[in-house]
Amino acid sequence: MTGFSEPGFAADISPVKITTPNGITVLVVEQHFLPIVEIHALIKTGSAYDPPEKAGLANLTASLLEEGTTTRSSKQLAEQIDFVGGALEVTAHEDYTTAAARVLKKDVDLGFTLLADILLRPAFPPQEFDRVRSQILGEIISDNDDPGHVAMKAFNQLVFHNHPYRWPVNGTEEALNKLTLADVQAFYAKEYLPNQVIFAIVGDITVEHATVLVQTHFGAWKKGPAPARTVKKPAAIGKKAVQFIEKDLTQSTIVLGHSGISRTNPDFYAVTVMNHVLGAGGFSSRLMDSIRDKQGLAYGIMSHYEARAMQGSFWVNLQTKTETTNQAISGVLAEMKAIREAPVTDQELAEAKSFLMGSFPLRLDSTAKLAKVLAQVEFFGLGFDYFVQYPKWIERVTKEDVQRVAKQYLNPQHYALVVVGNIAKAKIRH
Amino acid sequence: MPCVAYLIMKRPALHHYSTTCLLATLLAFTDAAPSMALEPLEHVLSNGMKVLLVEVPKAPVATVQVWYRVGSRNEVMGRAGLSHMLEHMMFKGTAKYPKGAFSRIIRKNGGIDNAFTGQDFTAYFENLAADRVELALELEADRMQGLILDNNEFTTEREVVKEERRLRSEDDPQGALVEALFAQTFLSHPYHWPVIGWFADLDAMSLDDLQRHYDTFYSPNNATLVVVGDIKADTLLPTIKHLFEPIPKGPSPKQTISAEPDQRGERRIVLKREAQVPSVMMGFRVPNYSSDDAYALGLLESILSDGKSSRLYQSLVHDQKNSLSVGAEYSLLQTDSGLFYFYSLVSPGAKVEAVEDALHREIAKLHNELLSDLELQRAKNQVEASRIFEQDSNFRHAMLLGQLESIGAGWQRADQFLERMRTVTAKDIQRVARQYLTQDNRTVGILIPLPPKEQEASLPSLQQGRP
Repeated sequence: MTGFSEPGFAADISPVKITTPNGITVLVVEQHFLPIVEIHALIKTGSAYDPPEKAGLANLTASLLEEGTTTRSSKQLAEQIDFVGGALEVTAHEDYTTAAARVLKKDVDLGFTLLADILLRPAFPPQEFDRVRSQILGEIISDNDDPGHVAMKAFNQLVFHNHPYRWPVNGTEEALNKLTLADVQAFYAKEYLPNQVIFAIVGDITVEHATVLVQTHFGAWKKGPAPARTVKKPAAIGKKAVQFIEKDLTQSTIVLGHSGISRTNPDFYAVTVMNHVLGAGGFSSRLMDSIRDKQGLAYGIMSHYEARAMQGSFWVNLQTKTETTNQAISGVLAEMKAIREAPVTDQELAEAKSFLMGSFPLRLDSTAKLAKVLAQVEFFGLGFDYFVQYPKWIERVTKEDVQRVAKQYLNPQHYALVVVGNIAKAKIRH
Repeated sequence: MPCVAYLIMKRPALHHYSTTCLLATLLAFTDAAPSMALEPLEHVLSNGMKVLLVEVPKAPVATVQVWYRVGSRNEVMGRAGLSHMLEHMMFKGTAKYPKGAFSRIIRKNGGIDNAFTGQDFTAYFENLAADRVELALELEADRMQGLILDNNEFTTEREVVKEERRLRSEDDPQGALVEALFAQTFLSHPYHWPVIGWFADLDAMSLDDLQRHYDTFYSPNNATLVVVGDIKADTLLPTIKHLFEPIPKGPSPKQTISAEPDQRGERRIVLKREAQVPSVMMGFRVPNYSSDDAYALGLLESILSDGKSSRLYQSLVHDQKNSLSVGAEYSLLQTDSGLFYFYSLVSPGAKVEAVEDALHREIAKLHNELLSDLELQRAKNQVEASRIFEQDSNFRHAMLLGQLESIGAGWQRADQFLERMRTVTAKDIQRVARQYLTQDNRTVGILIPLPPKEQEASLPSLQQGRP
């Protein structure tokens, strides 16, 4: 092997940040290589802020933004963005909602015009409300054909009992059926405020031009009081919480885990390294090595720490044939125990760190990816030195840190376990 | 709903591009504006391997891709899935880099590696920092020749592939329907069987089969190397020559695969299994990129299913509300002629017959009415823009080049396609719709959901576990 120096880590990204008089945070990165512009708006509202008994309201509101404004019908919006080969997309998540326009440079004004139209002037036409709600109800039913989705839905209800992250972003059938147009209008009025919005604009546009366009199209948006937020912690799982869901399948889909960490937890980087060794590191992770490569029990297996604004969750998911369900679950628990009981090897630590540091630029290598990451860095308050600091924070993690966070944030005794599949045949012992 | 693209990966993708939907993004392809100078530098090595290099100085990263002209179309009855099985075995080590070393080396250098197999090709890739490209090249050159096939590794990996088949086909209603539709449409051509293979064929496979497949198809003259990213073509080419030219030229795997005979009459399949909602698929046999009709068929795909203003979305999802999702896909970039198919995930409560009728009406409309200038121009704009957006990703850019080479079209075809597409008229669209979207050329696949075996509530049952 040829000798290589350590990878050049830090990403050379220096966004310009501006705040408009009505409180919009604007981040711009100029990239003039291709004549394209990504206009990405992050609105600080999501399903975590669905009012009690109204699960799915944030998603329904977001879905209706593109379905008609005071100046354009649903079809006109679609025709105008499609005519220039662009894309307009609104997506609700747990902590935030994104609205993005992707256009060629020559169409940048149209991109801003349409984005402003859907964010500032949604009309919420009653017939579209009925249609989109039925569509989401249909998707909730159809989602039950995906065992992975069924398992995660059940898992979240066990881990996030009485917590805003409990329900899927698209809500529940029961709650959706009761939602009204007035609910959507009220949610929009309360949550969609310029001072709750972060714009990340990346591509073939100058900072000056981007700023002028934001002012022109969003300057009239009226500031309002930011909605109050209370941070909730998921209740600890006292003992094992187990749910088995019967489906006529050849594989068991297994999800096992518990609560995790928030994105702003100072242990985030140590947890990232630990999780990489355990099961997030693809082919080189312990879970992949043991469950897939040595035992041939699964095609894919992975562990996740989803770090959100509030404390998120940790889980391992895999699919294995019905007959090997118990063997796979035991294998997962054994690896969770092992990483708590003994320090990772020097080689594991070094390789995990060099991957996390070296692969950092791959996470920013397209305009769409960069815009998304920029908006999140701002949302989580990580600071723009993040792009320089990330490798340093990873580099600092020690073997002791890894074992400490494994002991602190992994619990092989008190966990939630969901299995979807042929339960009678699987004879689960756990 | 199904990205029916028959493309499967060694491992589940860990990053943003999905394992299943890669081909769909490629189906609309055109050229870049010529002024952007994103044309690859092409060089053919002395052993016949074609090298395509594209300099993209936008970010300090690159993708390295090795494409072999072998896929499920190069398999024989009784050994379906051999190409994909071999793809999995390609990670099991050589004399120089033993099992596990490949991915470990790539990862500790900050890279991501994986592979995917389709009907017409098998491709391996590494996405990594641009200053690590040489490392990926060395590893790829090494396994083009020196793969060690071990029987213990093979028997374990076969179980992994069987799990993959359970995940993608056995336990996925749409996956199962797609498989059945292809098997019904292609009776004698190898597009008949799935890329993942059948269980019985996987069980029947031997190490000898794998060795023969490797020896036949894994040679420089049957491969294309594509590197896109922050590289300098002039300085990289000597390195590539140094690493790959010592590999001797292999056999010329010329297989004669006879064309599927014309279809004479509608075929239908019905699949009944536990599912929540029905699906409808409707496939029509059409020519591939090599036909003059490909330009109109490519635009037709866009008119029917590109964006929310497209005909199928507006009609079936928005107005008639009988589908949760709907689309059309044209297998333009295939070695042999494939399918133009429609699909619908049927809304709960809507009737399968109503969806089928709605699709028939959309096709009749294409037969009977010329589309407006505006609609035609929109489709052309969409195809042109998508080509520019596609170049935002080194990976997708390289994929397009690799796929064009692997199917025998040549990378230059992308430019040609755009030029010819610009001249397509509404009459051309009508002509291809009348010629190919006919009743006798149609294969319909319907998924009829059966209620769950024991409990019939739509909500899953709850059982408390024993301690």
